[in-house]
Amino acid sequence: MSEEVLQQASPGLIPGSGTARAAKPTRLSPSFISWLQAGPMMLVFLAFFLIPLVFVVIVSFWDYNEYQLLPALSGRGYTDTFEGCIAQLPDLCTIGKTYLKTLKLCFMVWTITLFIGFWVAYFLAFHVKSKTWQMGLSLLCTIPFWTSNVIRMIAWIPLLGRNGLVNSGLVKTGLINHPLEWLLFSEFSVVLALVHLFTFFMVVPIFNSMVRIDKSLIEAAYDAGATGFQTLVNVIIPLAKPGIVIGSIFVITIVMGDFITIGVMGGQQIAAAGKIIETRVNALQFPAAAANAVILLAITFLIITMMSRIVDIKKEL
Amino acid sequence: MKEGRSRSFYVLATFFAAYVLFLYGPMIAIYVLSFQGPQGGLTFPMNGVSTFWIAKLFQGTGIVDLGAAFRRSLLLGIIVMIVTVVLSVAAGMAFRRKFSAQSILFYSAIASLIVPSIITSLGISLEFRIIDDLIKSYFNENFETSMGLLTSGLGAHLTWTLPFGLLIMFAIFNRFDPRLEEAARDLGATPWQTFRHVVLPIILPSVIGIGLFGFTLSWDELARSSQAIGAVNTLPLDLQGLTTTVTNPDIYALGTVISAVSFTVITLALGTIHMLNKRQAAKGSDAGQGLV
Repeated sequence: MSEEVLQQASPGLIPGSGTARAAKPTRLSPSFISWLQAGPMMLVFLAFFLIPLVFVVIVSFWDYNEYQLLPALSGRGYTDTFEGCIAQLPDLCTIGKTYLKTLKLCFMVWTITLFIGFWVAYFLAFHVKSKTWQMGLSLLCTIPFWTSNVIRMIAWIPLLGRNGLVNSGLVKTGLINHPLEWLLFSEFSVVLALVHLFTFFMVVPIFNSMVRIDKSLIEAAYDAGATGFQTLVNVIIPLAKPGIVIGSIFVITIVMGDFITIGVMGGQQIAAAGKIIETRVNALQFPAAAANAVILLAITFLIITMMSRIVDIKKEL
Repeated sequence: MKEGRSRSFYVLATFFAAYVLFLYGPMIAIYVLSFQGPQGGLTFPMNGVSTFWIAKLFQGTGIVDLGAAFRRSLLLGIIVMIVTVVLSVAAGMAFRRKFSAQSILFYSAIASLIVPSIITSLGISLEFRIIDDLIKSYFNENFETSMGLLTSGLGAHLTWTLPFGLLIMFAIFNRFDPRLEEAARDLGATPWQTFRHVVLPIILPSVIGIGLFGFTLSWDELARSSQAIGAVNTLPLDLQGLTTTVTNPDIYALGTVISAVSFTVITLALGTIHMLNKRQAAKGSDAGQGLV
């Protein structure tokens, strides 16, 4: 650590920087001050995030009966979860089907949010020249993020319901005879709502990467004879990659663990990884819930590790 | 990047406008529908215009006691906001120099943000159940539970708001000119005076932004509260419960009232930020702007 940094941290420590006021004989050391400043937040994460995660892992190896936890080593949480998986081969068992379904939802939401997020960010970063307009339009995209997710889900009901705007419109124009049933409480409405809720998480990091791109690089590409498409593929996308990866991590982890959107928009009928955990908790089968949480955590962690191979997250913040 | 508007500008502008319509359209629909007449149903067309459903909400004739849930959510939101602002600013200051546990705290914050909420929520609920069991078996057999709005609930919300607060602090201090503090110290200011009279006024608009994030994230939080809130519900949890049972527009009325609180807070915060920025531009010196 350079002396300059130390001096910023605590001027009293460096001989010669003493001011007219007499320094107290015992100064707090800079590392102690750092601990005082960062300690409270660390404690919150320790008490409400790290220790709970440890409990999830421990409890996943406990036993249980109909109404309580039994603190004895058991693999029942896991064996119950994977029940019938070997017997039913080559068919997929329930847990396998559920994860496949979750991954499918995840993939659909990811591709759609990436497409929308990329072009919205591109428009804001490269086509909106005035800073005020850029701020205003970014804010316009951000404000819904500050309002309730449940309300934004419910908001689709008057549009997609059996007698909703879309159906009555289609019936009136004669395109269909009967209202479409798959518009609401279906996989379609789940994907629609997830895209509606979480494209924001794609727009922000991609926009952040894009505004940092030196505009002269793009001009240089044009001057060298690149077409718009070539510039996009060879200059803009590689430079926006960190934002794309961070946004993707956000969207994928949210969808992998989601149980509320899938519950509300799927009419509580669609099984998903997060939904299993909720169902197990409601049945008071905590070790089974914890075992499912460990599995979900492992899969999420795997996806993030694969993605962060592509980009160093810490460098980008 | 030619002069004038290219064709791609118009294509993307249309795309952007469609996205904004997609974002706001459905929400506006339920705001309108919450003013249905007393005979109105869950969808268009409107059956008269009235404030019947909103008034019904405040009379407390609904299925659940929404007034109490409203007050609980408000209390929790305000506490979460204050704790988030104080802890984020403090930790943000710490990150300006190296300290031993720096990367542990950083990765904890990032992990807390991206570990699926249901797992965090389940973990907190297990933690408090085990604490309860310990208290029951060693201290007090009649002990009920340590889980509650301001214990496990507060903790669950903080695991969601603090990472955002910390990331915003990083963004603030990336742009911050440390020479301003040096100047203050050269003039004899103590570290606290430097923070209070130099650093804080400059970062204040962004600190209000952290408060805005803290409150709105808590006010609308659902996934983390779901298992960790204890016996009582917050407003979003009640609202979620209503989605499966309600068949008349009071659910929209509730949505409109919750959104009204969100929009009030957003407007107040953005207004204050704007005012502070203007005041800084008018009264602030040109220090740190360079000579030219």
